[in-house]
Amino acid sequence: MIEGAGWKKWLWFYLPMGMFILGLLFPFYWMLVTTLKPDGELYRPWNHPLYSPFWTSAPTFDHIKSLLTETLFGTWMWNTMLIALAATLISLFCGVIAGYALARLRFRWAGLLGTAIFITYLVPQTLLFIPLADIIREYNIGDTPWALILTYPTFLIPFCTWLMMGYFKTIPKELEECARIDGATRWQAMVYIILPIALPGILSAGIFAFTLSWNEFIYALVFLSSPEQKTVPVGVTSELIRGDVFFWGSLMAGALLGSIPVAFVYSFFVEHYVAGMTGSVKG
Amino acid sequence: MARVLITKLNKKYDDDTHAVKDVNLEIRDREFVVLVGPSGCGKTTTLRMVAGLEEITSGEIRIDEKVVNDLPPMDRDIAMVFQNYALYPHMSVYDNMAFGLKMRKFGRDEIAKRVREAADILGIQTLLARRPRQLSGGQRQRVALGRAIVRHPRVFLFDEPLSNLDAKLRVQMRVELKRLHERLETTAIYVTHDQVEAMTLGDRVVVMKDGLVQQVGEPLELYGRPANKFVAGFIGSPAMNFVDVSISSDGRWAEAEGLRLPAPERVRSRSGQRVTLGVRPEALSVANGADANLADRSFATAVDVVEPLGNEILVNFRAGGVPMVARVDPGVRVKAHDSIRLALDPERLHFFDAKTEAAI
Repeated sequence: MIEGAGWKKWLWFYLPMGMFILGLLFPFYWMLVTTLKPDGELYRPWNHPLYSPFWTSAPTFDHIKSLLTETLFGTWMWNTMLIALAATLISLFCGVIAGYALARLRFRWAGLLGTAIFITYLVPQTLLFIPLADIIREYNIGDTPWALILTYPTFLIPFCTWLMMGYFKTIPKELEECARIDGATRWQAMVYIILPIALPGILSAGIFAFTLSWNEFIYALVFLSSPEQKTVPVGVTSELIRGDVFFWGSLMAGALLGSIPVAFVYSFFVEHYVAGMTGSVKG
Repeated sequence: MARVLITKLNKKYDDDTHAVKDVNLEIRDREFVVLVGPSGCGKTTTLRMVAGLEEITSGEIRIDEKVVNDLPPMDRDIAMVFQNYALYPHMSVYDNMAFGLKMRKFGRDEIAKRVREAADILGIQTLLARRPRQLSGGQRQRVALGRAIVRHPRVFLFDEPLSNLDAKLRVQMRVELKRLHERLETTAIYVTHDQVEAMTLGDRVVVMKDGLVQQVGEPLELYGRPANKFVAGFIGSPAMNFVDVSISSDGRWAEAEGLRLPAPERVRSRSGQRVTLGVRPEALSVANGADANLADRSFATAVDVVEPLGNEILVNFRAGGVPMVARVDPGVRVKAHDSIRLALDPERLHFFDAKTEAAI
């Protein structure tokens, strides 16, 4: 914290902080306000005497209602949840095990393998979806949740592996050696000692993986086609933008409702998450 | 209770560093053996090979006649205390101590009994419910010890367990460790870089350097009859003074610039050669000019720096062209730049070969 006179603190701390928070939260406010505005207000031209972009005088739940009744939004939410959870669990499992091996086991090419995994993470999705589409067609899993559950780990596993590898390296290896002398096998030492200590790291990797798969757009757009299979980001944009007509109210309602689970997950694990990002075990 | 036998033990790492070279050691039943040496001398690697944490390149380790080379750590029936304590941060003190017993499928009552017993010995009964991060350094150290002793292992291994404590606590824990060993009567191997710890704790001390054992012996044996220049310089504080001298052609005198001493019998054969003379600071005393007996083994010099420590005074001076230290009685009044006459105790002179550095 900056020490000094009150006004200095305001000038150098609270003011920039306030502007930062304002900038961050404005899109959410915009989403909320657009959701609640009636169409009449929403499509008012800028030179109309009652033009009011930043607030609404007659809030309405019409957009939310139409989103829930006229589209398959509930199904999309369910699909997204299922796919994000499954992809996260798969990636977390592989990432934790691979990260542990890369951080702890001494084997040939360990360093090289770590770098190779990282490089796969750098291959852009917009390039990778082309060969992946071919594979998905080959295995006949297009337009099913499996198309995403099995392709999301292609970018989630490298990510989780690297995050976990870094976290495992902060845990003193004496803890594990001590456990092994105490009578634990390598596997038991990992399960009873290392994993509980690495919990903050595992949680942050999980939250990140969940968020990434929840928001993922391009794979979902390419690999799914029937409306009842879609995820929230794809469903909302493909069903509520018809030609050049944007149903802004419902679009924003979809975005708002779609971001709630992620916000919920973050707020629930925020403490672990911060510990996981800043790392390290003491004692 | 166990005997540990190490034969021709070698450790080579992948990058070709040869950390431990042909180490042979016998650690007797109930003995407390300390491995000591500067960092990188291979003492910790040796200990870790006994623990099973490091693979053995060649050689053999036996615990009670059984070759343990390929046994995993858990099957060697040993306990180890680490420098950073390695307490499990997510477990209470009780669970930390009970972990090894749980892994070995001891009954709940037996576990509770043994943990209480160990806690009583170490005086940590009131800490059992706490987490490691709520403990002070000394308390953590005790818990780490407790975790080792509840197991009733055949051998204790200590890897610089006191290095993370402050000086005062270290002295206190040193005494406690010694008492603990007397009470438990378990074979122990202790690694440290601190020669004072080695001398106070060890029944026998093993001095290592560059992966080689330099000398094995009881503390006073190492101090009184060091096998070579390295051991002589490593054991004892302040360290032994070394000065290159030449033995006169008739073999009767050892001489250096401003220094001339009668050479003892054992170096007479070296007449005309250069050897290294070793003098412990405590083998020097301030000579009163009147004493005629001192005449042929004393020398004059000027005091450089005086370090009054209270129970003794360290006098720094130059002789034979090198800086030296004398440890003198606190009653002696000396100031920097004073002229002074110092006498050597002829019984406590050490001579080392100038090339091999072995004791003569």
